[in-house]
Amino acid sequence: MIYPDSKSLLEVRGLRATVNGIEILKGIDLTVRSGEVHAIMGTNGSGKSTFAKVLAGHTAYEVTGGTVLFEGKNLFELAPEERARAGVFLAFQYPIEIPGVANNQFLRLTYNTVQTQRGKDELDPLEFDDFVREKMKMLEMSPDFLDRSVNAGFSGGEKKRNEILQMALLEPRLAILDETDSGLDIDALRIVANGVNQLATRDNATILVTHYQRLLNYIVPDYVHVMESGRIIKTGGKQLALELESHGYDWVSSEQRAAAGA
Amino acid sequence: MSVATASGYLESLLQGRAQLPISPLAWLNRLRAEAVERVGALRVPTTHDEDWRFTDISSLTKLPFQPVHAASPLQTAEAERFYLEPATIRLVFVDGMYAPQLSTQVPGAAGDSGIVVTHLSAAVSAHATTLESHLGRHAEFCNNAFTALNTAFLHDGALIIVPRDVAVDMPVHLLFIATQKEAASYPRCLLIAESGSAVTVIEDYVALQQGVYVTNAVTEIALADNAHVNHIRVQRDSGQAFHIADCAVSLARASRYQSTSIALGARISRYNLNVQLAGEGAECAVDGLALITERQLADTHTCIDHIKPHGSSRQLHKCIVDGAAHAVFNGKIMVRPGAQLTDSVQSSRNLLLSGRAHVDTKPQLEIFADDVKCAHGATVGQLDSEEVFYLKSRGLSEMTARNLLTYAFGAEIIERIPVSSLRHRLKQTVLEHTQRN
Repeated sequence: MIYPDSKSLLEVRGLRATVNGIEILKGIDLTVRSGEVHAIMGTNGSGKSTFAKVLAGHTAYEVTGGTVLFEGKNLFELAPEERARAGVFLAFQYPIEIPGVANNQFLRLTYNTVQTQRGKDELDPLEFDDFVREKMKMLEMSPDFLDRSVNAGFSGGEKKRNEILQMALLEPRLAILDETDSGLDIDALRIVANGVNQLATRDNATILVTHYQRLLNYIVPDYVHVMESGRIIKTGGKQLALELESHGYDWVSSEQRAAAGA
Repeated sequence: MSVATASGYLESLLQGRAQLPISPLAWLNRLRAEAVERVGALRVPTTHDEDWRFTDISSLTKLPFQPVHAASPLQTAEAERFYLEPATIRLVFVDGMYAPQLSTQVPGAAGDSGIVVTHLSAAVSAHATTLESHLGRHAEFCNNAFTALNTAFLHDGALIIVPRDVAVDMPVHLLFIATQKEAASYPRCLLIAESGSAVTVIEDYVALQQGVYVTNAVTEIALADNAHVNHIRVQRDSGQAFHIADCAVSLARASRYQSTSIALGARISRYNLNVQLAGEGAECAVDGLALITERQLADTHTCIDHIKPHGSSRQLHKCIVDGAAHAVFNGKIMVRPGAQLTDSVQSSRNLLLSGRAHVDTKPQLEIFADDVKCAHGATVGQLDSEEVFYLKSRGLSEMTARNLLTYAFGAEIIERIPVSSLRHRLKQTVLEHTQRN
């Protein structure tokens, strides 16, 4: 939701990034204030997932220009784990599997690591168990998921719910959801979206990276940005997503080309 | 291994036989004499032998290892840290010699079932016929100098007989404790699972202290129809020791053999595991983990031999190699002409944690039947950077992330061990190992 007096959480200016020497991001500008939900849409290869990973600190990408301030601090001075502790969270498009490590161990380890860094108390296994079960109810997850290995043998929908569960535990200031809707059936999509909506407050913000408008029926964005060739080429309100759905991405690109030609 | 002129070194090792008592069983004396003869005809393998290409054991021949003859006065207080909870049926051998003061009797409930867990020399009269048909019949020693040596010294060892249709709930723990430097021990185990029986056996090699010694072990396992054996092998010998072992398993119809072998110790270790699926519909799962560092070398050679139709084998072998250590895996899957409808999957996965770590892995499929499913694969790599990034993006430090992934890599094998206390202890060992870095 847009609040008139809310402060800026993320300031992206002229961000450029390369992978293996190929430029993927070619100058991105974006401001996200607390309380807001932003959707970044675009075709495959437009750079939207790269943008998400660069914000989280993925080492495969080299930042070659521009600045990113997170709560006024230079984000690029922080290692990925420091960004996570500072309140940046990336929900992965393809969460990794860790056979041999029980989900509850993993969740408690990450929760306690982040809590300690934020100067708060750790939870012992029993306290944590109560705490995590409460969060799991919101995502309609069976407690069985605690005893299973992290994501191992989980269906696509189960993995995505496990991502949102981690988000619920780590309470980020800025959550970036990378194609969280991909591979979800309609029930799983509704559950995941409900979880995200319940976690949204006036003090945090969400960036949804998605190809399709479908997710935005459940999580209503305040702003929709369209990416193409490593840039944001159009920004609008939630109705922009509906226009994209009916006219396709070509419609925005040709509009841009016409504007450039004029 | 090629047959060559008698090697002075192997013959010198035979000197210790002078103290061996003559067995009341004529066939056993003959078996030992045949083995002595083979030792005389064989030599210590070198890296010129295909089977030992990556494993140089020439350093072994620099020391005149001899068996100890005086039973060690080892007391419970020194040994009990190796015991497993909850209770097991335990046989303890110290430097290769049976230690009655540390071993347990078969408890009443299990005893009533007729299970035999004893040391071989106590069983010669009661089980002479059974021994004759199995001892030395599974572990071939004609072309294997170390198995021949072990057989030449065959005197005592562990004997387990699980009677027909008996399922033993309590695991059997065979604990081999090394206490003396420059000693050679020749542990020998024979496990006979009669038809429809089920048992879990833990073969466990430990050291009381650091030191150079040699363990040369031979295990023979025979599964009758429908028998089920879960065999866990843990090698945590001293970091300076030599550990050379041979295990031969024979499976009859519809029997099932599960093996989990963990190699943690020894400067140089070599484990040969030969599994023969000699009956229709036999199944085996053969898993292994080598976790080594510094200048350790761990070599595992397995052969899964499908002889009859409808057999199934699953194999996952993993190595975690740090420091300047070297892991070797040679996994042969043989499918003979009569073994139609065999279903076999083999996977070798290796994790290198340092630039000086080294692994040689060789899957080897020899298929002579046309209607079979056989899959195999091998990977060698470092920790996946996507996985490390995932964990870091959850707030974990680089080191915690790497340790967790290394732990998980090993834990996948340890999870397969059905004895929770051992599982827990081994996971702890992997954790300590990863956190050392």
